[in-house]
Amino acid sequence: MTLRTTPLYQSHIDAGAKMVDFAGWSMPIHYGSQLKEHEIVRADAGVFDVSHMVVLDITGSDAQAWLQRILANDVAKLGFVGKALYSGLLTEDGTVIDDLIVYLAQDGYRMVVNAGTRDKDLAWLQQTSAGTNVQLKVRDDLAMLAVQGPTAIDKVCAIKPAWAEHIRALKVFQGLPFGEWFVARTGYTGEDGLEIMVPAAEAPPFFAQLLAGGVAPIGLGARDTLRLEAGMNLYGHDMDESISPLQAGMGWTIAWEPASRDFIGRKALEAQKAAGVTHKQVGLVLDGRGVLREGMKVLTEHGEGVITSGTFSPTLKQSIAIARVPSATADAAEVDLRGTLTPVRVIKLPFVRQGKKVFD
Amino acid sequence: MLDIPAELKYAASHEWARTEADGTVTIGITHHAQELLGDLVFVELPKVGAVLAKDEQAGVVESVKAASDIYAPFAGEVIEVNPALEASPEIANTEPYTSGWFFKMKPATPADVDALLSADEYAKELGA
Repeated sequence: MTLRTTPLYQSHIDAGAKMVDFAGWSMPIHYGSQLKEHEIVRADAGVFDVSHMVVLDITGSDAQAWLQRILANDVAKLGFVGKALYSGLLTEDGTVIDDLIVYLAQDGYRMVVNAGTRDKDLAWLQQTSAGTNVQLKVRDDLAMLAVQGPTAIDKVCAIKPAWAEHIRALKVFQGLPFGEWFVARTGYTGEDGLEIMVPAAEAPPFFAQLLAGGVAPIGLGARDTLRLEAGMNLYGHDMDESISPLQAGMGWTIAWEPASRDFIGRKALEAQKAAGVTHKQVGLVLDGRGVLREGMKVLTEHGEGVITSGTFSPTLKQSIAIARVPSATADAAEVDLRGTLTPVRVIKLPFVRQGKKVFD
Repeated sequence: MLDIPAELKYAASHEWARTEADGTVTIGITHHAQELLGDLVFVELPKVGAVLAKDEQAGVVESVKAASDIYAPFAGEVIEVNPALEASPEIANTEPYTSGWFFKMKPATPADVDALLSADEYAKELGA
């Protein structure tokens, strides 16, 4: 199978990237050292190519009603153009098809979904919008760059001085169109920063300007350790179509009010709540040597759980994990670490925000 | 890019071995191995005095990506380990053939070391 490439493929090669197959795309895993890249994003600024993600423009007179039906969060909360909302896309059984961001646009909505779920998401969106006045347009003509880190906004503003005032005025989870570009103060690292959609042909020169402006290229390896420290879910690992959002730390993304909004999955989630949610999502911290990994068994006095994402935290210099454990679990558990039962601390996510440890 | 020094011997499980003037053998992991693993974050070394059989587990390396066992490329006794590596595992990434060595063994049968793969044979193993 031929791997798909983003408009920045040659830029990555030129920057010394090691390329890997990610969900059918040839993407940079690192440009030399994943650990160094992680540290740069926590301390300074880095740029990630996230053009493999799927951008969709949604228009038509039924767009709002349709989104209110298919999303667990409520797009009625989007009060002005550019405002962003994080939501799960659920099955009727109340499990997670995907997680996504939706923005209110001038003439409808813009949605960003995961690359690995592209085909099934598009099929589901087509299926649920059939017979309504909703038009979906996949924007494969756009590239997307995430510029993240404490100096990220300053460095982007230095490159785009004409936009600087407007970019600096953006609050978290807000975006603005600049012609064909779209700049939003969102991200997946736990740091301040921007996600920038740009016409494909303009992406390589912009990427080069960022590098020249002191922004380091960052691979998917560091993207994973950064989001894990930030306690953010990764689809296909921390949740999927076998997992309820209530067991994956996504309860805050479900808009229960108004009670009359009958979104897909609502009945199943209400039944789960009534019966009692058996598992919850927590963070695990290993205070000794070794690395917690996805799939390792978690043992508690209330039953078994599982690690859904695990890594070595470059910021904390010890291993951390996201796990799904019995709801009654308190502050201690054990992990089967390559055959050795090893004690771990159970904490409330996240681990790191804005470069700092945030748990006790 | 492959970095396989001609003067070393190799195991297919990606360890290298160098016979020193005193007949002891220094062992580490190859440039290719560290590249596959990515940034190393923990290293577990064998105990000095341990007597290992050929292909017996001698230690563990944990990288940002995965945990991987290190094996004794031949039978013998562990006579020294690299303490610098436990404190700074990343030296096995940056200097896999020099300061990033893992441990030293006294081979039970010195001829076993000669029987390991040559640089050319190891390169062939890697499909180069």
